[in-house]
Amino acid sequence: MTRRDLMKYIAAFFKTLFIVAFAASTMPAKGSDAFNLEEIAPGVFVHQGRIAEMSRANQGDIANIGFVVGEEAVAMVDSGGSVPVGEAALAALRQVTDKPVRYLINTHMHPDHVFGNQVFKEAGATVVGHRRLPAALGARADFYKTSIGNQIGPELAGAVDITLPDETVADEMRIDLGGRELVIKAWQTAHTDNDVTVFDPATKTLFAGDLVFMEHLPVIDGSITGWLDQTAELEAIPAERVVPGHGPVSAPWPEAIEPQTTYLETLAADLRAAIADGVPLADAVETAGQSESGKWQLFDFYNGRNATAAFAELEWE
Amino acid sequence: MAYSMTGARRVRALASRTTLAAGTALLLALSFAPAGSLAVAASPEQQASEAESAWPGLRADLFGDRELIEGSDLIAIEAPARATDPAVVPVKLKLDPSQEIRKVTLVIDENPAPVAATFDIAEGAGITELSTRVRVNAYTDVHAVAETADGKLYVTKTFVKAAGGCAAPAAKDPEVAAREMGKMKMRQFETETGGTQEAQLMIRHPNNSGLQKDQVTLLYIPAHFITELEVAKGGERLFSMSGGISISEDPSFRFRYGSDAGGAFHAKATDTEGNVFEKSFGGSQS
Repeated sequence: MTRRDLMKYIAAFFKTLFIVAFAASTMPAKGSDAFNLEEIAPGVFVHQGRIAEMSRANQGDIANIGFVVGEEAVAMVDSGGSVPVGEAALAALRQVTDKPVRYLINTHMHPDHVFGNQVFKEAGATVVGHRRLPAALGARADFYKTSIGNQIGPELAGAVDITLPDETVADEMRIDLGGRELVIKAWQTAHTDNDVTVFDPATKTLFAGDLVFMEHLPVIDGSITGWLDQTAELEAIPAERVVPGHGPVSAPWPEAIEPQTTYLETLAADLRAAIADGVPLADAVETAGQSESGKWQLFDFYNGRNATAAFAELEWE
Repeated sequence: MAYSMTGARRVRALASRTTLAAGTALLLALSFAPAGSLAVAASPEQQASEAESAWPGLRADLFGDRELIEGSDLIAIEAPARATDPAVVPVKLKLDPSQEIRKVTLVIDENPAPVAATFDIAEGAGITELSTRVRVNAYTDVHAVAETADGKLYVTKTFVKAAGGCAAPAAKDPEVAAREMGKMKMRQFETETGGTQEAQLMIRHPNNSGLQKDQVTLLYIPAHFITELEVAKGGERLFSMSGGISISEDPSFRFRYGSDAGGAFHAKATDTEGNVFEKSFGGSQS
């Protein structure tokens, strides 16, 4: 071994060591220091985020993120809620495969899904998102860095370089990973105005992003009517399993979406009745959707906000 | 298959192949350091309690050294103690119908532009309630100051816990917001008290605060909001409003009035770009 080789080896060793040690020290998940990752179908790996608000303790690791391995390359779906989460995900990916990460797909603009983007961009990935993602995330970048900084801490938020997509999807886009094609579909306004899903026909696996919530109360930051109107089309995707944006790493499709549809329909029905009766917003949001309260985690945190947004939308019907 | 990568095991495997165990320990210590040394940011509660109240300065700017009478029943204000959405915080003003209140100023003390709205109430309009929705940017007192026909000022306040309502981008769907801007809707409600009637005027407008910087263009998204509004019934003015950026997207004004003027409602709104939105509503339209 030459001196030059030795130096390269030492440098590489320290780099790996640092990433792994950092991931281990900063990624408490499921009560251990492991960054969980599960192969839910051949070549489809998913990390389960916690069902929680973003916090210092969880470093924003609250969304399900994953990747699909083709013959030549890998596509990552969402990047996690902070740079360390993105780094831990990339380190875990590297334990599975040495193939290049050709794409990072952002399912939508929310920080828990995009704050690790720079890690994959630096690794050479082309970032792909909805045609409205650049405007939506661009307009919210400052706000997110401040508001999320209050949750995960200003140091972690400050380390984030808001990384916008290199390529956008207006309707549908197919990406090739070598012998494996993924279908990215852009949706009309639903959870947000920039939702995309990623379908892997080879294993009939659908990465739904936050168009599907399980266990974690669905959050409306787009349009409740748009979400409900597109649910049938979403259900028609010929998938056998779904990776929800929040919840388990994998669930049977399309049954997995049913509780969410019940919640959204209940909330809409309660609010439409209140609006028809002339109940003002301040009073309507106190009761709307409450019959769903026992079925969801984080219900008290998000239901009032959902009801407020949905009331403001539905009163224009 | 469950795939788990524990850092400790990986580190041990690597270290056994080298003589750099000491370096490993140092690196591990370093990598732990950032998490352990994080400064604890002040919670919104702490920030609110530590911040010097903006009110003395605002009070002086808005009302000079005029006396503000506290503790009267002349005006009351209702807002949620903790807002469900800081960009849409419902605020209700209740006015004593036996008093000749001509003007109400709504002030959100800690907002970047604290005067949310000034309502001028027409003589004989009999306005007893006025509700709107506002943005709240930080934990704040919300003051309402009523001025009576004889020039006396009455003040009341409430505290609202909410944050980020002004900095958050307005439209959840900017394409729809642009397409529908200026659309108006008037609803009328039955009331339990005889002689008082209730209606709600809604206007589609982004009411952009001008406080969001677009990361794509690196420019601030221009402020664009309703500045003036007049609501009349049967040709007689009920109230008018001068508004600012603290009024929520798609401004809504719900009010109880005692005017027995017949005829149609008429609303006219002007925004910062000089757009005028005007509409008459048939007597029974809801």
